[in-house]
Amino acid sequence: MIMQQVLAAGRVRLARYRPPAWRSHLHGSEFVWAVAFITPYIGVLLAFAIHPIAYGFWMASDPALYVKLFSSDEYLEALVSTALYVGIGANASVFLALLLSGFFMRRGWWVKAMLVLSMLPWALPAQTAFMSFHWMMIYWGFLNSLLEKVFGIAGPDWLDHYWLALGANIIAYTWKTMPLWTLIFLAGRMAIPQDLYDAAEVDGATGLRRFVHVVVPLLANLYFICTLLATIWMLGDYNTPDMVSGGAPLGSTAVLATVGVEFLLNDGRPDLGVAAVMAALPVLIPAGLLLIRRLQTREVQL
Amino acid sequence: MSVVPYAQRWSNHRWRRRADAAGAAVLSVALLIWWFLPLYNMLLIALDPEGDTEFTGDIWPSDPTLKAFVGVFLEGYWYLKDFWLQLGNSFFIGAMTMAFTALISSLGSFALGRMWRGKGGVISTAALLLYTVPVYFLVIPFYLLMHKYGLIDTLWAVIAANVTFAVPYALLILQWYGRLIPIELDDAARIDGATPIQVYTRIYLPLMSPALAVVGIFAFLTAWNEYLYQFILLSSPGNKTVAISLATFFDNEDTPWNYPVAASLIYALPPIALFFAIRRYIAAGLTSGRVKR
Repeated sequence: MIMQQVLAAGRVRLARYRPPAWRSHLHGSEFVWAVAFITPYIGVLLAFAIHPIAYGFWMASDPALYVKLFSSDEYLEALVSTALYVGIGANASVFLALLLSGFFMRRGWWVKAMLVLSMLPWALPAQTAFMSFHWMMIYWGFLNSLLEKVFGIAGPDWLDHYWLALGANIIAYTWKTMPLWTLIFLAGRMAIPQDLYDAAEVDGATGLRRFVHVVVPLLANLYFICTLLATIWMLGDYNTPDMVSGGAPLGSTAVLATVGVEFLLNDGRPDLGVAAVMAALPVLIPAGLLLIRRLQTREVQL
Repeated sequence: MSVVPYAQRWSNHRWRRRADAAGAAVLSVALLIWWFLPLYNMLLIALDPEGDTEFTGDIWPSDPTLKAFVGVFLEGYWYLKDFWLQLGNSFFIGAMTMAFTALISSLGSFALGRMWRGKGGVISTAALLLYTVPVYFLVIPFYLLMHKYGLIDTLWAVIAANVTFAVPYALLILQWYGRLIPIELDDAARIDGATPIQVYTRIYLPLMSPALAVVGIFAFLTAWNEYLYQFILLSSPGNKTVAISLATFFDNEDTPWNYPVAASLIYALPPIALFFAIRRYIAAGLTSGRVKR
């Protein structure tokens, strides 16, 4: 009995001297090589990501900045606009992409050709695309010319009304990013085995029923991941609100990202600029954590 | 239970198919209009001799001319006098972003996936975490730090920003793709006496080349699409890029619009060409059956 206890204690002691798991099979020069291989990545991460992030938090740590920000009507307006822009835009682009991906499941050469063409908005530089949207939607723009020539209607001044300008930003962003989500959902749909569709058809589920009872439950996780990613990317979107509406009318459609940069460029207050985007953290942190959990636990290629 | 006669069932089926085909055709036309309308608008302005179609209400090019495109190629308008230099700067930023992203992420994914064999969890999570940070939220601290690093107003500052945000994504994709390559290949080479650097250059890199091409080109496209970091970090005329020049052009009310629009259409050609060159890889990567519930 005592012998057994000694042996057990010895085992425990031996186990204590084991090298840590992360270098369990790397010895000597191999470990040095592995460290050398990973060093450029760690270096870039520390110098150009961790350092700016830490510096940003330090810059925005003064509570007086937030008092100043939240007492300004323009900033509160930007918060509301950001919430609407991201809330409507992220959901609209992902939901429409889910619907559109169904169209590309059809057979035929022209559907394949359409799929290739559908990537055009994604491949076009953001600047080219958004400038075009801006010029289409100004009062004398192409959209109003088209409405007048084809339908005989005098169009509104799209960028002079809050909801129309916000809508213009959302439409432009959806136009640009929908191809990516569509492609991801198409991949998801193609990964669903045909047997499931056949079984559903035997049970009488075709068309809309098949979509609701087969496609939606199977793509729910992918849909959730795409919505989270769209939310995060849209929260940090500068190009669309800056180039499509340009904040018009009267800066009311400005969002956190554009307001932050304006504090730097127009007011020379980088600290206020950094603090301005910190208001997105209550949304960003849970979304980021959820996304990491989903991406780590499920095998989803994006 | 009522029995529908065969002829009626067949007729219903035929009508449903016709309605389905008609619906698909209508949707296709609507989609084509939706995708191409902004591009058509650009062409309309670029082909106009004065670039003021916006004020004439034309929806067709009434007197189309390639004058603006020729102007861009020959740097014939005062605003475009450095167009080729700026395009060169844009290419330099794109190419360096592509090269450094491919190099750093392939070295990292080799160390994490092939040497530590998936045990570098903290580092992979750090990559994921960075993936969730909106790029433009960091522009102000990045700008101030570039002053301290002495990199402000250099193309390298923009390259550093692009690489930082492209590498986490590239690392994730390479790690996923790397799992498809049997680890026994590495072990066999090691038994034959190959050093880690030899395994990396002679086995890992050649086998990973399709994935490397995709992440490299993605990095190039990201760099080409990016505007704000270039705008904030670069100021001297010799360092300007096409993206910055276009923005200044657009802000100027007096400019004839056909020139910047023609320039931006030319600027859009390289990413479109690259994208269509790798579209098969993208589709293959996305549809390799790894999307699971």
